[in-house]
Amino acid sequence: MNRIRTLALILTTLSVVRTTQVLADEFAPTAKEVSFNRDVFPILSDRCFACHGPDSKVRKATLRLDRAGGVDGAYRTHDGSTAIKPRSLEESELWQRVTSGDVDQVMPPPHARKKPLSREEQAIIRNWIKAGAPYERFWAFVPARNPDIPRVQNRKWSRQPIDLHVLAKLESLGLQPSREADSRTLIRRLSFDLTGLPPTLDEIKVFLADDRPKAYEALVDRLLAKKQFGEHVARYWLDLVRFADTNGMHKDFYRNFIAYRDWVIRAFNDNLGYDDFVRYQLAGDLFPNATNDQLVATGFSRLHLIIDRGTALPEESFFKNVVDRVTAVGTSFMGMTVHCATCHEHKYDPLSQKDFYSLFAFFNNIDAAPETNGRPRNGLQPPFLALGTPGQNRKLQQLDKQVAESLKTLKALKAKVAAEKDPRKKKAFAEELKASTAKHEGLKGTRDRLDRQILRAMVMRERKEVRPTHIRIRGQYDAPGELVERNTPGFLPPLKKTGKTATRMDLAEWFVDPGNPLTARVAVNRFWQQFFGTGLVKTSEDIGAQGEVPSHPELLDHLTVSFTASGWNVKALVKQIVTSRTYRQSSVSTARQFASDPENRLLARGSRFRMDAEMIRDQILATSGLLVNTMYGKSVKPPQPDGLWKSVTMIGERFKADTGDAIHRRSLYTYWKRGMPPPQMTILNAPNRDACVARRERTNTPSQALLLLNESEYLKAARELARKVLGIEGARASQRLAFAYETVTSKLPDQQERQILSDLLRTLQKSYLESPALAAEICDGLNLGTAGEKAQLAAWTVLVNALYNLDVTKTRE
Amino acid sequence: MKNPVTEYGDLQSRRSFLSASGMGLGAAACASLIGNQAAAASPGVASRPKAKRIIFLFMAGAPSQVDLFDYKPDLHKLFKTELPQSIRKGQRVTAMTRGKEKLVAPSTFKFARQGKSGVWMCELLPHLSKVADDLCLIHSFNTNAINHDPGKTSFCTGSEIPGKPSMGSWLSYGLGSLNKDLPDFVVLPSAFWSGRVNVQALYARLWGSAFLPSRHQGTSFQTVGDPVLFLSNPRGIDGKVRRRMLDSLSQLNQKHLAEIGDPEIQTTIAQQEMAFRMQSSVPKLTDISKEPKGVLEMYGPEVNKLGSYARNCLLARRMVERDVRFVQLFHRGWDHHSRLPDNMRGQCRDVDQPTAALLKDLKSRGLLNDTLVVFVGEFGRTVFGQGNITRDNYGRDHHPRCFSGWLAGGGIKGGMHYGKTDDFSYNVVENPVHVRDLHATMLHLLGVDHRELIFPFQGLDQKLTGVEKSRVVKEIIS
Repeated sequence: MNRIRTLALILTTLSVVRTTQVLADEFAPTAKEVSFNRDVFPILSDRCFACHGPDSKVRKATLRLDRAGGVDGAYRTHDGSTAIKPRSLEESELWQRVTSGDVDQVMPPPHARKKPLSREEQAIIRNWIKAGAPYERFWAFVPARNPDIPRVQNRKWSRQPIDLHVLAKLESLGLQPSREADSRTLIRRLSFDLTGLPPTLDEIKVFLADDRPKAYEALVDRLLAKKQFGEHVARYWLDLVRFADTNGMHKDFYRNFIAYRDWVIRAFNDNLGYDDFVRYQLAGDLFPNATNDQLVATGFSRLHLIIDRGTALPEESFFKNVVDRVTAVGTSFMGMTVHCATCHEHKYDPLSQKDFYSLFAFFNNIDAAPETNGRPRNGLQPPFLALGTPGQNRKLQQLDKQVAESLKTLKALKAKVAAEKDPRKKKAFAEELKASTAKHEGLKGTRDRLDRQILRAMVMRERKEVRPTHIRIRGQYDAPGELVERNTPGFLPPLKKTGKTATRMDLAEWFVDPGNPLTARVAVNRFWQQFFGTGLVKTSEDIGAQGEVPSHPELLDHLTVSFTASGWNVKALVKQIVTSRTYRQSSVSTARQFASDPENRLLARGSRFRMDAEMIRDQILATSGLLVNTMYGKSVKPPQPDGLWKSVTMIGERFKADTGDAIHRRSLYTYWKRGMPPPQMTILNAPNRDACVARRERTNTPSQALLLLNESEYLKAARELARKVLGIEGARASQRLAFAYETVTSKLPDQQERQILSDLLRTLQKSYLESPALAAEICDGLNLGTAGEKAQLAAWTVLVNALYNLDVTKTRE
Repeated sequence: MKNPVTEYGDLQSRRSFLSASGMGLGAAACASLIGNQAAAASPGVASRPKAKRIIFLFMAGAPSQVDLFDYKPDLHKLFKTELPQSIRKGQRVTAMTRGKEKLVAPSTFKFARQGKSGVWMCELLPHLSKVADDLCLIHSFNTNAINHDPGKTSFCTGSEIPGKPSMGSWLSYGLGSLNKDLPDFVVLPSAFWSGRVNVQALYARLWGSAFLPSRHQGTSFQTVGDPVLFLSNPRGIDGKVRRRMLDSLSQLNQKHLAEIGDPEIQTTIAQQEMAFRMQSSVPKLTDISKEPKGVLEMYGPEVNKLGSYARNCLLARRMVERDVRFVQLFHRGWDHHSRLPDNMRGQCRDVDQPTAALLKDLKSRGLLNDTLVVFVGEFGRTVFGQGNITRDNYGRDHHPRCFSGWLAGGGIKGGMHYGKTDDFSYNVVENPVHVRDLHATMLHLLGVDHRELIFPFQGLDQKLTGVEKSRVVKEIIS
């Protein structure tokens, strides 16, 4: 196939990602049911639109195949030839061309470097033309409507719509769902999926003992109510909006954005409606009497990369910032790659350059400096907002008053000293002045310290006068073209303006209008991805023309409709998903089944995938007992290998690890330098956060193995758990083993596992007894008595290290 | 052998799944996991490869072409005269130059013809001058970016906007690995340099894999601690303990594989073993104690310092010897807005001898034939000076319209220069080579058609060379 024509002479063993068996048979449509959107459109988009699509500048032969009608549409006759004549293959030039054997005739032409149509694809086109070549609007641009619940043969499995949609598809392929996963797997899966953390042994015990029919649902409710839910779900959002602690360009200065991060966590915990979640971020500043939350949320539009002053031209930086903002809107709320239209008409989606700049016009109306003025003070770039608590504000007011008073006293004293002639009195006054000065400085210090503690947030602030916006020719910041007005893309429902000029609030309302086909769909698809590893539309960053069509279109529609009908209730959506039978299936299967559907697109089993870097680290902290559950606030710096910042910085920055509790907080709070993010995260596929990312890749590499085997903090955690294990009084070795195993994997070891582990333990104990120096290194910093004790702890530490490296430990089953 | 790019299908859209069926991904892929040295012809390889590996010597900060390679003797007559408008042609400038006078600052350095080919070289490069006949000097490089961050980002990823994979990642992705226990793509940043003004930052994205699978990202070797992050066993664990622990770990993982059925577990086992092998292969790679004295002397005294450019040149040779596909050195300190002559002397001292030694060393081992070496910075510098210009002290601003660099080795004609600039080294007047032309040429030399090395992401067939037209510079290929 064309996309890999050039690829791969050789396969590396450095890292191997699972193999793919093509699902062509399962997906291939039969003659009787060709769907334009599912089957025909992807072919036309991929092979034809580059020259016969929405971009008028490159269109050939006045033919566009993305629409049927019009002088240039597919049904048009031009120079005596008709591109598509419904029901007639003979008279359809398109059919003649795509099946032609003549290199001068065949479409796509060889110079276009597009793959010719395969026989299957030709069959799709043939059947479609024969059936009348009906065009449909592109599925993602049509509002979702609640589909009929499909009929299934196996009525007993479930009554939930999610399951019926999934089952119908399985049954149509002669497949059946898998059985339900066992209770231990379920509680582990749920705990990770809803809180990003493993269950505690107590939680497992409670769940196993709960034999009420509603036990599972009760567990879901318990987990949804945990504060860790918000932390976990927020993390996905932070990837999407490229949240970070530095500016990401040139000197890569520190920025203070934690108020926004903390708001996202609270929003998910408080179950803020997703519609409001969108409104606040896009236009929170435009609410009458906007609350702090609404204002903080507008930080969304300030998360772009920003350069420091001095090298770039401010006009260019301004332009880049706005493009970055609009790009984020496109990826986050539209699931579209709008920035393609910065320079030209979109080649595949009907998004014109004018559409892009009409959106741009909503986001260029802020008076923030386009570049930071050197190192921004406290990491803040105006406009920003102070978010003192009532107590802090009161105290600050008080201190301000006191500082002002003491300044007055000081001035008076100074005058007195100057005026006094009597040397004795003068000296006394001078003494008094010295004391007062010290007091004044002390007060000011207290005041400034408090001031620094007050949380501040960079926000959006609308200029009074709306800036005129021009199309930029070929995307050049200094090449203004036609003047455009604020508007939404022409191919989507029209914008409702509340005044003469549309506002960002109008835009926000447009996004959450029930008629908007994208916002809810894109969100629901991402939530699905979170729980199954892959979205119903796999390309969750792009559900436009070149994105993938959904594996279960009706299911996606159903979820979208029920989501908006529920008042955009995120927790309800999550609950609906995780209480489905589909979700609760076991992920155990045969190698053959894994090979035939490696990404589990058909959902004939529970999904199994490697957890994200943050979950893996948090799990190690949680199970070892080191995890500190403090929420919110300043980002923290857990230790990392030396020299990483030094190797990239231009301002002499050196990484200095925090100490104490800070280094054991959840990874969500880890300081993120865009120029050099923490390796413990990026090695496991965390993005740099310099571009919006809707889904992370999941690879399996030797660097990851090295990280999990050798990271010294992870080994310390292993030692902590080992100490806990050894601290159980009066336990037999086998009980200790079971405790360690269950703590890490949420499972009990079976006979074989016990055997392997106790063999390992025995050999390790022996080795460490023979090498007391080595054992002492592991026990460094602990007050242990005998060499035997040290060998014991060392052996258990390595055993736990092995448990942390099990595939099942880093994988969500 | 059928196309064995396993993860590719995995990352594919469903549409591509359909068309992939003909490729027989799956079984063939599995089979090829075992024999990783099988370099069978692939239908995609466009031309017979002339190079197998690349060493990319990236001079971060942008060295002055006016002072190193692009000899303009007549400029001396124009010392401190205003650069003519006819030459500037409305050129974009940086914030540092806007509104300032633009007075010609000729180079203070002497140039001479070198080698049989008689190419002009600056006096600061005596060692490179001796291998001039191996170099193909290009005077007509050009780029769009006028500032470092976008300049480096576009040089390394093909796009000024962050979020695209780096050159080495594309190669690793497109060509796969040649060796079984080292990364495909290694980055060696110098830990120190002589330039004392304006040291520009690097960013992890310059060797990142962006939307390509992360196994293709560059492994940046560290000068402090482990050369590869987390390579060493932590304190208290030695090789014996690790081996014993891995044996049990593998038994447990095997057991779970049998129960669960997911082949991914097999991959985890394989990667843990690979990690273990790297624990011995990487230290062997970085241990230069067995290098003959003569070789070490050739690279100069700095070779004994960990993290020096010289040491990294030697490591680069040791890596290509072991078939690492792409080695990229970053040497910072070239951003000479002021005190250019002094800083230039230091920087040239850093790189001249080791770079020449690298070429000689590769040649003597027969590696230069199929190793492409590239030496270039992210853009050039202005002919007009910055600061108080004197004959022997001046600075220069960024200049994207033309700059110089060179290629050598695998498939490149040596002893030639290509492309021409005007009398002010300001505009290309003949045979322009854009950054993406360089990318296309590099890929071509490795046997890859840049138009076909693609990855679908965000609805586009993404390419290193992007959407603009780019050209393989055939004239410099032997």
